[in-house]
Amino acid sequence: MSGLLAPYQYEFFVKGLLVATLAGGLCGLVGVYITLRGMSYIGHGLSHAIFGGFAAASIISFNYFLGAGIWGLASALAINRVTRKRAIGADAAIGVITTASFALGVALLTKFGNRGPSFDAALFGSIIGVGDTDLLVIAGVTVFAAAVVVLRYRALLFATFDPEVADVSGVRVARIDALLMLVLSLSILATLTVIGVTLVAATLVIPPVVARMLTNSFSRMLWLSTAIGTACGFVGMNASYHLDVPSGTTIVLTGAVLFGAVLAVTGGGRLRRTAGLDDHLDLPAGAAIARRRAT
Amino acid sequence: MTRFGASPLARLDGVSFAYAAEPVLRDVSLTIRPGEFTGIVGPSGSGKTTLLRLLLGTVDPGRGRLERAPGVAVSYVPQLETVNWNFPVTVAECVLMARTSGRLAPWASRAERAEVAAVLDRLGIGGLGRRHIRELSGGQQQRMFIARALLRRPRLLLLDEPTSGVDVRTRHELLELLAELHRDGLAIVLTTHDLNGIAVRLPNLLALRTRVVAAGPPAEVITPAVLEQTFGARMEVYQHDGLPVVIDRYQPVRPEPVERVS
Repeated sequence: MSGLLAPYQYEFFVKGLLVATLAGGLCGLVGVYITLRGMSYIGHGLSHAIFGGFAAASIISFNYFLGAGIWGLASALAINRVTRKRAIGADAAIGVITTASFALGVALLTKFGNRGPSFDAALFGSIIGVGDTDLLVIAGVTVFAAAVVVLRYRALLFATFDPEVADVSGVRVARIDALLMLVLSLSILATLTVIGVTLVAATLVIPPVVARMLTNSFSRMLWLSTAIGTACGFVGMNASYHLDVPSGTTIVLTGAVLFGAVLAVTGGGRLRRTAGLDDHLDLPAGAAIARRRAT
Repeated sequence: MTRFGASPLARLDGVSFAYAAEPVLRDVSLTIRPGEFTGIVGPSGSGKTTLLRLLLGTVDPGRGRLERAPGVAVSYVPQLETVNWNFPVTVAECVLMARTSGRLAPWASRAERAEVAAVLDRLGIGGLGRRHIRELSGGQQQRMFIARALLRRPRLLLLDEPTSGVDVRTRHELLELLAELHRDGLAIVLTTHDLNGIAVRLPNLLALRTRVVAAGPPAEVITPAVLEQTFGARMEVYQHDGLPVVIDRYQPVRPEPVERVS
C-alpha cells in the first residue's frame, strides 16, 4: 500500500495527477460531442496542428499556451472555413492543414532546437515540468467547457443530433459549431503537456465510446464519459509513475483496457451501438447542413 | 376565406431557386392559409423539399417574393431516412429538444416533463419516453418527431415524406393523426410520392415539376394529363368509392436531357 502512495510525497506528481485527472474528465466531456458529430479526426488533426504552434512558440521564447493556442484556433477556423466552402472534403482539409503544421513543427524543432518541454514530452506527454500554470490553465478550461455544456446543453444536443431541424427551430447552429471548435482547441491545448500530441485523440474518443456501450441516454452518456475520462486520467497517471512510461501512454492504455473489459462484459451487441456514431460524415454541423441543402 | 381566417401564413410569388447551375424551382406561386392541408406531389428532383425549405426560411428565393407572417411558429418533421438512429437519445430527450430557449438548466423542469408526457400521450406513444429512439416502430418514430414539432406550438407543420418506408397500417394511423391535427386548426404541408395512399386523401394538392403543373383538390390534380406532365410517365386514373385511383402503365421512356440555367 505504501508503495502505491509513494509518489504522493512528490509535489510534481501531485500536480501532474491533478492535471491528468482534470484532462481525462475534460476530454471525456468534450469527446462526447466530438465522437457523436464524427469529428474524431478533427481532434486528432488539431493536436498535430497545435504542435506546430508549440514549436514556433518554443523557438521565439513566446508563451507556449498563447502561441500554440492561437495557432490551434487558427487551424480549427481554417478547417471550418474550407469545409463550409465545400471546396474540398473535411478529411482532406484536416489532412493538409494539420499535417503540414505538424511537419513544420518537427522541422523547426530539428533545425533550431527547443527551449520548452522536450520533443518526446510533447509527443507522448510527461508529468515532468507540470507547473502551477498548467494546473491553472486546465482548471480554467475545464470550468469553461463545463459552463458551455451546462448553459448551452439543449442547443448543443439539438445541433449535434439534427443540425438541419435545429437550424429552423431557433438554434444558431453556426455559432454552436464555432463555440464547440473553441472548446475543443482549448481542451487539446490544455491537455497536451500531460497526454501528448499523438495520444490526445484517444482520450477524446475512448471514454465516450465506452460510455455509449453502457447507455442509450445522452445525458447519462455525458456524465459517464466524463467519469470514465477522469478515472482513466487518475489511474493512468499513477500507472505512469510505477511503470516509468510516459503519462499519455498509460492514460490511453487504461482507457483501452476499460474498453476491452466493458466489451467482454456487455458483449458485441453493445459495440454495435457505437456503429454510426460518425454518421455526420466528419463534417462540422454547418457544413453538413450546406451539404444536405445542396442535395 | 377559410374558417381560420384569411391572413396567409406564407406566400410565394413567382419564386425561382437554383443550386449552382441547377434550377430547382421556377416561377412558383403558392399561398398557405391557416388551417389548410396541402400535399405536394412530384418526381424526385422536382423541388418538393426545396419548397419546404423556402417555407421554413432555411433558403432564400433566388428570384420572386417570399412572405412569411411574422411571429408564426413553423415546425418541421424530417424524413426518417436522414436520422442517425444510433444517436444515444431517448424519446423524451428527443422531444424535449424543441425547447431550446427559455431555460438555462440542462435538465427538464417538472412542467416540461408534464408537457412532454402530455404530447406523447396525445400522439398515442405515452409511456415510451424512456425508450431509445431505435426501439420504436416506424410509425412511433414518425409520431415522436411530430411530438417534437408540436411542442413548439406551431401554426404551420411541414413534413417531408412522412409515410416513406412505412407499412399500410402505419400510413393509415399517420393520416388519421394528421387529419386530427388539421381539424384542431393546424395548417399542414407535406411532400409525398404516394399518390394512392396519401395524395388522393388530402384536401389540396400541388403538382410540382420545378414549376407548378396544377393546384387544387385531388379531382383537379389527379388526372392523366396533369400526372403525365408532372411525372413524365403515362398514368390512368379510375374512380373507386369516390376517390381517384392511379394506375401507371409501363412504357419504355428515354432519359430527359438535363436543363441548366445560363
